[in-house]
Amino acid sequence: MTKTHTINYGPQHPSTHGVLRLILELEGETVVRADPHIGFLHRGTEKLIEQKTYLQAMPYFDRLDYVAPLCQEHAFVLAVEKLLGIEAPPRAQYIRVLFAEVSRLLSHLLNVTTMALDVGAMTPLLWAFEEREKLMGFCEAVSGSRMHANYFRPGGVAADLPGGLLDRIHDFLLTFPKVLNDLEELLTENRIFKQRTVDIGSITTDQALAWGLSGPLLRATGCPWDLRRTQPYDVYGDMDFLVPVGKTGDCYDRYLVRMAEMRESQKIMIQAMGHMPQGPIMVENGKITPPTRSAMKESMEAMIHHFKLYTEGYYVPEGQTYTAVESPKGEFAVYLISRGSNKPYRCKVRAPGFAALQTLDFMTKGHMLADVAAILGSLDIVFGEIDR
Amino acid sequence: MYLSDHRSVTIDDFLKTVTSLKEDPLYAFEQLMDICGVDYLGRTPRFDVVYHFLSVTRNRRMRLVVSLDEDTLIPSLTALYPSASWFEREVFDMYGLKFQGHPDLCRILTDYTFDGYPLRKDFPVVGLTEVYYAEDQERVASRPVSLKEPFREFQFESSWQGMKTLFVPKEEA
Repeated sequence: MTKTHTINYGPQHPSTHGVLRLILELEGETVVRADPHIGFLHRGTEKLIEQKTYLQAMPYFDRLDYVAPLCQEHAFVLAVEKLLGIEAPPRAQYIRVLFAEVSRLLSHLLNVTTMALDVGAMTPLLWAFEEREKLMGFCEAVSGSRMHANYFRPGGVAADLPGGLLDRIHDFLLTFPKVLNDLEELLTENRIFKQRTVDIGSITTDQALAWGLSGPLLRATGCPWDLRRTQPYDVYGDMDFLVPVGKTGDCYDRYLVRMAEMRESQKIMIQAMGHMPQGPIMVENGKITPPTRSAMKESMEAMIHHFKLYTEGYYVPEGQTYTAVESPKGEFAVYLISRGSNKPYRCKVRAPGFAALQTLDFMTKGHMLADVAAILGSLDIVFGEIDR
Repeated sequence: MYLSDHRSVTIDDFLKTVTSLKEDPLYAFEQLMDICGVDYLGRTPRFDVVYHFLSVTRNRRMRLVVSLDEDTLIPSLTALYPSASWFEREVFDMYGLKFQGHPDLCRILTDYTFDGYPLRKDFPVVGLTEVYYAEDQERVASRPVSLKEPFREFQFESSWQGMKTLFVPKEEA
């Protein structure tokens, strides 16, 4: 009989990317069983949303996956729009696509480089955070907040782009491929990085599907499934981009898929900026869209609408919808049930990281203790969305 | 666009339906994306468990709704879809619904010693207990929740929901 021993990994450990407690059963240095204990960041978001009007529920979505806030908001506004039966005007749709891709860059830059940090490469993190700083500057320019933007609204976006922002984003995108080249130069052919990631945590497409994986984790196995392509929302249908796929579904392929996706994001952003029309940024429906400041100074009617929209909110017709978007981590979806009141009756958040983390047990089985950190890094887990 | 269906099944037909959804090549739902509980307080049966399936090959979605009350056991889907494991644990944690055949049905998101089912509609938003640092025992302990200012739930719903019917003045006699 071989003897196993059990160790406690986390809850405070840099490579757990937050607050994950992992009970590892080891045989020597080989992992026999990994039991993730989650919930340390559980804030009861779904319960809180049931107490709030639809507009008040918006900021909670920034705080789910706090690395890519706007993609979460995107799912929620699309769900509410579907129940209300409205569609955002074209300019708003382009802005939303543009900022969803800003979020994707934010998330992928963080994930790729922290994963590299977990396996021993420190420089990429420092370089990527410089770029993330610029990207967060764009979020600040439109919303006033670097991370928790609260920018999208059911029916459009909160405010139009400030003057000169598109030029700033354009300048950024011109230099961005060089940063990606630099990162790839440090990592892609790096011997240590490859030794730590190639053939580590490999999964097949069938396994990935059975475990409910989506996003880069599924694409790394060779399955070209991207909701932006297969079930397009907003103006993603008009965008010309490729869906990168991997071959072996190991940690290295996931890294490669994310790097390639960042280049595609850059292409999407340039197209979104090039095709962005002029026009309104919110639906022109006084029962959903709050009046402008200037209208409020002149019209009593506008004043009343403003007051009613920010206290009582709007009433959403009875119905239910499961609306999914391709967040950087995979399929992020909102299942919304309305019973005709001004508050959601039930709002279930489908977090991609939740499904990804439960595969940890079978992915790490038979691997070494040190590989757990590499696999955790490649799963791209953020506890804001897993614990909700 | 893609197809998206909504279907309700009884608890007896549930396992049969899911098996055919997965294995029939006409449907080929390879992925179970989400399991969600819903509490309709005051309705019988009180709870819904909602399953969301996705077919990657057919580009289709399917929502399956099972209605049941607190004591009914639902067959677990862990044998068909391994992803069901944590989703079912979450439903158990939040609503107290029990899945038959689940290998390890224990709480997942709430604290180790948590009592109650937080997403039920009759569970208070502020919770039942709070944790604090007990100086005398030198550890973190819990006690019944007490708020300095009582929790206020604002009800902005207006009774004036617009006129549903046209106002017709009464004819004077």
